[in-house]
Amino acid sequence: MHKIFIRSFVSSLVFLFTLTVAAVAKDVKAAFVYIGPTGDHGWTYQHDVGRKAVEAAGFKTTYVEGVPESADAERVLRQLANSGHDVIFTTSFGYMNPTNKVAKEFPNVKFEHATGYKREHPNVSTYAARFYEGRAILGTIAGTMTKSNVIGYVASFPIPEVIRGINSFTLAAQKVNPNIKTKIVWAFTWYDPGKESEAAKALIDQGADIIAQHTDSTAIVQIAEKAGVYAFGQASDMDKFAPKAVLTSVENNWGPYYVERVKAVANGTWSQKDTWHGIGDGMVVISDLDSAMPSDLQAKVKKLQADLASGKVHAFTGPIYDQKGDLMVAAGKTADDGMLAGMMTYVKGVEGDIPK
Amino acid sequence: MIIDIHFIGLIITSIMASAVPLILASCGELITERSGVLNLGVEGMMIIGAISGFAFMTVTGSLFIAVIGAMLAGVLISTIFAFLTQTLITNHVATGLALTIFGIGISAMIGKNFVGIPGKEFPVLFESLKDTIPFLSPILFGHSIVFYFAFALPFFTNYFLKKTKIGLIVRAVGDSPESASNQGINVKLVRYSCILYGGAMCGLAGAYLSMIYTPQWIENMTGGRGWIALALVVFSTWNPIKILIGAMIFGGLTIIQFHMQAMGVRVPVQFLTALPYIVTIIVLVVISRDSRKIRLSTPSSLGKSFYKDN
Repeated sequence: MHKIFIRSFVSSLVFLFTLTVAAVAKDVKAAFVYIGPTGDHGWTYQHDVGRKAVEAAGFKTTYVEGVPESADAERVLRQLANSGHDVIFTTSFGYMNPTNKVAKEFPNVKFEHATGYKREHPNVSTYAARFYEGRAILGTIAGTMTKSNVIGYVASFPIPEVIRGINSFTLAAQKVNPNIKTKIVWAFTWYDPGKESEAAKALIDQGADIIAQHTDSTAIVQIAEKAGVYAFGQASDMDKFAPKAVLTSVENNWGPYYVERVKAVANGTWSQKDTWHGIGDGMVVISDLDSAMPSDLQAKVKKLQADLASGKVHAFTGPIYDQKGDLMVAAGKTADDGMLAGMMTYVKGVEGDIPK
Repeated sequence: MIIDIHFIGLIITSIMASAVPLILASCGELITERSGVLNLGVEGMMIIGAISGFAFMTVTGSLFIAVIGAMLAGVLISTIFAFLTQTLITNHVATGLALTIFGIGISAMIGKNFVGIPGKEFPVLFESLKDTIPFLSPILFGHSIVFYFAFALPFFTNYFLKKTKIGLIVRAVGDSPESASNQGINVKLVRYSCILYGGAMCGLAGAYLSMIYTPQWIENMTGGRGWIALALVVFSTWNPIKILIGAMIFGGLTIIQFHMQAMGVRVPVQFLTALPYIVTIIVLVVISRDSRKIRLSTPSSLGKSFYKDN
């Protein structure tokens, strides 16, 4: 009698234990921290599309939007880690230090930081997309479509990510049109429609007939539409905001990665990783090409897209010279990831200096 | 880069377009301050105008209703300020600051459903004349009605204050509410009206941003322009015509900065962002060296509550 009782007690304990483990595994909660509003139709919007994919895969998610890249971020992260979230995605470069700081305090919570390079603790992973592959495609289009040979580029902050994009864009444009000039204006914001459109207007007034952007709002494509010049959508398909101006958009597709990582947390297989995916892995997607582009250009773009995806073509293939004319990448070589990650110099053909 | 006269015309046009919300909000605030009320809630009233204009436009589809709606929203929120400061005699500075914080918060809340919706195109006047005269025509033609109104407003405001009887009453109330009251003027009524008028103009300034300048709703889209407008009133020494000049200088700073960048000239952005405030401080220092001048231009009862036993 006594034995049976103990046995059944133990077995029920084991049963309960497995039940809770199963419940915990199923109940993984993911949190997302956004820099902008989910409705920005750009950067944050695309991350939220990814979050919805995680929900669709059967996991609980929460998000906090409009979190400044300051001490506020730390407070939000601590709050999320404290309230039972198992994995937290921090989706802006400026969250790099707060993420690592809070990760140290919560070793059992997994942190995933987008576009950063610091992984100071075993529970911090980083991930980014090779947007520069998409920008090589935009550069090819811009170099072909420009009539004034002046291409405007509204940039946000002088960080490697943005400079890499400018370089990749310019190199691709030069390849199809050696006479082009890329004029850069730094808006010093990721998201301020007023400033972004003033910057775009200045570029158009100075003769640019194609505007590329590395800021997040739809203001620039709208200005381009009004002025009758071409533009490219950023982060999401911005065609509906400027049907005539937008030639194509470079879309960020985070969903598959998010689902994979949350599943890994659920299965207990999550480990620290540095992910850098491009067109080939589907993290960077090129939207439909506008009919204003001639068919031979469309074919060329499609081919380049396929070659970038397969790795046959690399956006940074030598010889590449910097602004002073010094060799950056030798002929026949391609830039390695280390060089790309820390890229802080313009290539030849970009006008102006990088602001300090 | 060939700098031709047409190009300069384009730059001036951009500067004027960016000066519009500053002129509207400053002229409204100037009337409020001339009646002796200091309303620091300009930023809050502007952002409320911005979201209301955009929301009315999206819901009703009518631009006219949207503009009127934005002005009424400005009036509505300034009524709160008027009631608090004039009827309950609260401190102007604290109430104004609260109004700004309130406006930013509530606009973000209402705005949730309006983020990411493309705005409608606002009709422009004299579009066909835009390419007739090389330098002048982009400056003169092809703008929205709000644009023309904004550039006429300082002159109307000046005329109103200096040449009309009601303008004189407003100034009298601002300079000496006691004497005005003794003359049988209803100080509270005058101040209420001036506050509501200021609210309407700030609402219009906000609507210009969300409906014409960048036709979309974005949280916090006024981006500190309300504070610049406040600085502008002080900069102008409460003179509407000088608001026009100040708004062109303040609005021009960002535009010129982008043009300099595109031309390859490097300028520290942070310095330029701070420049409007630095200029205002310098102007204040300069005018306050002459105590007579500051006494003549500043409404004497500015920011002071007026209380009358009945």
